[in-house]
Amino acid sequence: MAKEKRLILKHLDSKGYNPSITCYLKHNGYKTLKKAFSLLPLKTEDGKTLSAQEQLREEVKLSGIRGRGGAGFPTGVKWSFINHNTDKPVYLVCNCDESEPGTFKDRQIVHKDPHQLIEGMIIACYANDVHLAYIYMRGEFNLGAKIIEKALQEAREAGFLGKNILGSNFDLEIYLHRGAGAYICGEETGAICSLEGRRPYPRIKPPYFPAALGLYMCPTIVNNVETLCAVKHIIEIGATKYAKLGIPGDTGTRIVGISGLIQKPGYFEIENGKVTIGELIHDFAGGPLPGRKIKAIIPGGSSSKVFRADEKITLKTKNSDGTESIKTIDIMELPYDSNSIMAAGSMTGSGGLIIIDDSVSMVDVAANISEFYTHESCGQCTPCREGNLWMCKILRRILSGQGRRIDADELLRISHNIMGGKTVCAFGEGSTWPIESYIIKFRDEFLAMTGIAEDNRKEVWGESGINRFE
Amino acid sequence: MEFSVPNILKNKIDELILHYPEKRSVTLMALHAFQEYYGYISNEAIEWIAQKLSLMPITVLELVTFYPMFSQEPLGKFHFKICRTLSCALKGSKNIYTFLCNKLGLDPHLHGRQTTADGRFTVEYVECLASCNTAPVLFLNEDFYENVTEESVAELLSLCEQKEGENE
Repeated sequence: MAKEKRLILKHLDSKGYNPSITCYLKHNGYKTLKKAFSLLPLKTEDGKTLSAQEQLREEVKLSGIRGRGGAGFPTGVKWSFINHNTDKPVYLVCNCDESEPGTFKDRQIVHKDPHQLIEGMIIACYANDVHLAYIYMRGEFNLGAKIIEKALQEAREAGFLGKNILGSNFDLEIYLHRGAGAYICGEETGAICSLEGRRPYPRIKPPYFPAALGLYMCPTIVNNVETLCAVKHIIEIGATKYAKLGIPGDTGTRIVGISGLIQKPGYFEIENGKVTIGELIHDFAGGPLPGRKIKAIIPGGSSSKVFRADEKITLKTKNSDGTESIKTIDIMELPYDSNSIMAAGSMTGSGGLIIIDDSVSMVDVAANISEFYTHESCGQCTPCREGNLWMCKILRRILSGQGRRIDADELLRISHNIMGGKTVCAFGEGSTWPIESYIIKFRDEFLAMTGIAEDNRKEVWGESGINRFE
Repeated sequence: MEFSVPNILKNKIDELILHYPEKRSVTLMALHAFQEYYGYISNEAIEWIAQKLSLMPITVLELVTFYPMFSQEPLGKFHFKICRTLSCALKGSKNIYTFLCNKLGLDPHLHGRQTTADGRFTVEYVECLASCNTAPVLFLNEDFYENVTEESVAELLSLCEQKEGENE
């Protein structure tokens, strides 16, 4: 039976563990920070000298960790984009805007183990010469905000924040900044705009890559909560050891959240690629509710494309001799890691699986998700603002019994006019992937619901067609 | 008319100004402080914040109208926010919302935030609250409730009545 591998969640649910600094210190807290501060400049074989900071950055790069916020960009590479030879300050923003439907991992860390995040942040700031950092937390985490404020205060009093931290000559201040209910603030440039006191309209890249023109037009690193915690573990156990966890291309552990129609919804920390979707659903989350059958799996937050539970996946695998072999597997046998899920046509995103069973209509699911994206579109780009509302109105109409058979194709047509780089940020794509995939993979359900409605109208109105919608 | 802001709020804003290299950044946190203290954001509050941070009032107003957590009108003493998004919906959040609306004489079919005629209760749907494993979830004012059922919501309502009785 597949097992969890708890690094970040190691202590968080153990009996008596609490968010205080005393508890964290008792569990070897802030030791990794001391290790980072104790690094001395290192002479490499080719005669160069690597500063402590460069060594830390190199470790994170070598670890191969990919960001845990959703896009899965390699963290070390992100850090390497920062130009340290300017007189502009470098900022770090911890993205704690966790708002992707199906995701609830950062909540656990923030509420139960805030000092782990703070330690990870201090290490990341030290590695990148950051002296001012922010935790961008979604407004609804009101309790989380209190816990983090208290933890920051404790860290300040214990000398882990402020001037000359632990005699290292390194100064750092971390402040909490709260959002106020807008999903778009999770987009990194949206978070930056929000921090600047503007409407959180994402900025176009290029030129506004945070690493170049971020917060106050200065180089900025935006990392997810889980990523920053993982940085602490990378420095603690070393990049080589960390890279041995998971699989090449997607190393380490990640926290997976399972919710929806399942026996035991919850969060689990697994090694990437070492656990299959089937094991997550059946062994970890207890399988479907009594008498129900799983119909669909949303693999990585609501933006990801859906899988049918009876789907067969054709995967290309590289053999050790360099040749490729093709095999077809059941979706339940698909390993849960970025590469495998991507090869199967979706994404691990923020690691939130939502399980849907045969008691629910996929049209309902589409309508629910569409309401979400309609509400959360920031309104900056016309295709996204108008397209999402349009799709939502069609889905509302279908649910009110006024569907037409052509609606499925109409929804596809509109979604194709939103996606494909027509919007400033990835919200446009992310909002249409799910709807598109529901229609493609569950077309029969859309046709059935709209067909019945259309036929009923025919009976009422007869064949003259004057009042028909077609 | 003079709009006077209590010292506790003034001090908080002064403290926040120290957190950022630019004053404009304070706006969002200042709005949180005002929303928390007054229960809504008045035009006077917007003007006060704008003046304090050397901004045009529109720069503050555009944030108030963008973010769903701010309100420009006073809300009910008891404010229910029920998660509407997928994981909670699959676990029956619509039933909870309808139940609550019916109990309070509100129309569950209306879009947006609704307050009872006596101004005591406000009910609204909100988007994903990031606690999908304990769906359905809701906020009653600042308190978060998980795995709610119609029974537990009924209990919450009687708790509200009780609290109100104590204060009178």
